[in-house]
Amino acid sequence: MKAIRPVLKRIPKLPSVKTQAIKISDNAIKKTQLTTRFFREIGEFYLFGWLTFRATFSRSFEFKEFLRQCFQVGNKTLPLISLTGLVIGLVLTIQSRPILADFGATSMLPGMVAVSIIREMGPVVTALICCGKIGSGMGAELGSMKVSEQIDAMEVSSTNPMRYLVVPRVLAATLMIPVLVLYADALGILGSWVGANIKGDVTFALFFTQAFRSIGFSDFLPAVIKTFFFGAAIGFVGCYKGFTAGRGTESVGKAANQSVVLASVFVILIDLIAVQITDMLY
Amino acid sequence: MDMEQQLNINGHAGAAVSNTEAIIEVKNLQKGFDKVPVLRDLSLQLFENENLVVLGKSGSGKSVLIKCMVRLLIADSGSIHIFGKNVQEMNERELAEVRVKIGFLFQSGALYDSMTIKENLEFPLIRIKKHLSRKEIDEKIEEALHNVGLSDTINKMPSQLSGGMRKRASLARTIVVDPMIMLYDEPTTGLDPVTSDEISILINNVKKTYNTSSIIITHDIECARATGDRVIMLDKGEVYMEGSIEEFEQSTDALIQSFFKIRQPSSTKAQTHHG
Ligand SMILES: Nc1ncnc2c1ncn2[C@@H]1O[C@H](COP(=O)(O)OP(=O)(O)OP(=O)(O)O)[C@@H](O)[C@H]1O
Ligand SMILES: [Mg+2]
Repeated sequence: MKAIRPVLKRIPKLPSVKTQAIKISDNAIKKTQLTTRFFREIGEFYLFGWLTFRATFSRSFEFKEFLRQCFQVGNKTLPLISLTGLVIGLVLTIQSRPILADFGATSMLPGMVAVSIIREMGPVVTALICCGKIGSGMGAELGSMKVSEQIDAMEVSSTNPMRYLVVPRVLAATLMIPVLVLYADALGILGSWVGANIKGDVTFALFFTQAFRSIGFSDFLPAVIKTFFFGAAIGFVGCYKGFTAGRGTESVGKAANQSVVLASVFVILIDLIAVQITDMLY
Repeated sequence: MDMEQQLNINGHAGAAVSNTEAIIEVKNLQKGFDKVPVLRDLSLQLFENENLVVLGKSGSGKSVLIKCMVRLLIADSGSIHIFGKNVQEMNERELAEVRVKIGFLFQSGALYDSMTIKENLEFPLIRIKKHLSRKEIDEKIEEALHNVGLSDTINKMPSQLSGGMRKRASLARTIVVDPMIMLYDEPTTGLDPVTSDEISILINNVKKTYNTSSIIITHDIECARATGDRVIMLDKGEVYMEGSIEEFEQSTDALIQSFFKIRQPSSTKAQTHHG
């Protein structure tokens, strides 16, 4: 009798065990939903990539729209990139001078700064700025077109929105971002010369020759090649996020925001891969 | 009641059925989102040179229905035949061919924000009617804008127009390509009574001039009266009643009465005003 009591007392606790079990299964369902959403997103991403690829190599090409997008990409980012390029060159020079001076190697300053700008700082900083300006712009623009049914309207007036909207944007970003990077590199070197002239006196010609003597083909080419990938990633992610925006205005903001995050992640991953590959080759 | 209504319809539409065949035929259409059904087992037909008015409460799936027709949404089951071909089973080329023949007025207007009104109208025109010369295109655009009373906004951006003007501009964009089938999603919503009447007249003119068949989704009973040859009422994803405007107005059914009777006072007012 006594032995049974505690057992009986414990029985009312059973429901809580049950709710526990329900909670666990709820969690499990939530997790499976999250995983399926994750995989669906990956699937959508690949599908979108395939459709973009197919539309890129289709016959009709929207040349006017492409030029308009190229102009947009340049126009939107030029002031910011000019400023950043100059400042990066300047700051790098001012900050590395004391260290080099300790080793008595100030003459290496132009070369060192030029290499770091061309290899890494120019491409990555420019690309990250473009993620913010261009990626988010495309995400927001296409997202709002999606939400306000403009993309649907295009589709029913027998225009392939992939061809009209996505392809020109991705190509414009792919071609313009390398140009912007070269421009930022040039301004960076200019900024570096200004920095060198704060303490010391170097003619531009001398600075320039010194800088370029230390830059080899192996610094320049991989750096340029990776910027094409940066551009493609930024354009593609912006378009993808815009196109897959949900319904309702708040999804426009979400699309813009996610474009920036995802594009930045892509830029950094591509940079990582590019460094590995260059390292293996040279 | 259903039987009686059914008989009514057949009596009414009988003449049309005998000498024309259905241009759009929807059979047992089902469509849901995230397992919530919106359309369940919906069947309807659109005949040649006919204005079919579709009524229904907000959220009853009217917009979803016409989006399925142009395959902007893919139906879960059932079939939609347009010109005898199943839309669900078309390949991309066939779909494009059919879409060219269909004008679609979006409920939200869906004007392209980044283009002027002129470019908005030009966009479908140069893509669908490739043979037109520059001059013909300009003429067509001017004519379409004139028809909706927007001649002086030709170089404005959509953001500079009022809501009603945007609606009319997008109507102009839909009719500028002279489609054979028109799908109007609430063409008069948000417009003043005078402009609404003009739009109704325009819809009738489009039908007369180009021999189009149209589906007109509307809440505006005046517009339904002015344009509808036949009316279909949707409820809970199915056809609730089908018949002529008169049959709807004389119906004793509560739902239908609520649709028609609420607006009665305003319409009598309008009549006395006219008188
Ligand atoms: N793309 C979509 N994704 C998820 N749900 C949708 C989608 N489109 C429509 N719905 C849902 O389908 C239902 C019917 O929508 P629909 O737009 O067809 O209504 P409607 O009859 O046109 O109403 P209204 O008169 O207000 O325009 C709504 O509950 C809506 O939330
Ligand atoms: Mg609707």
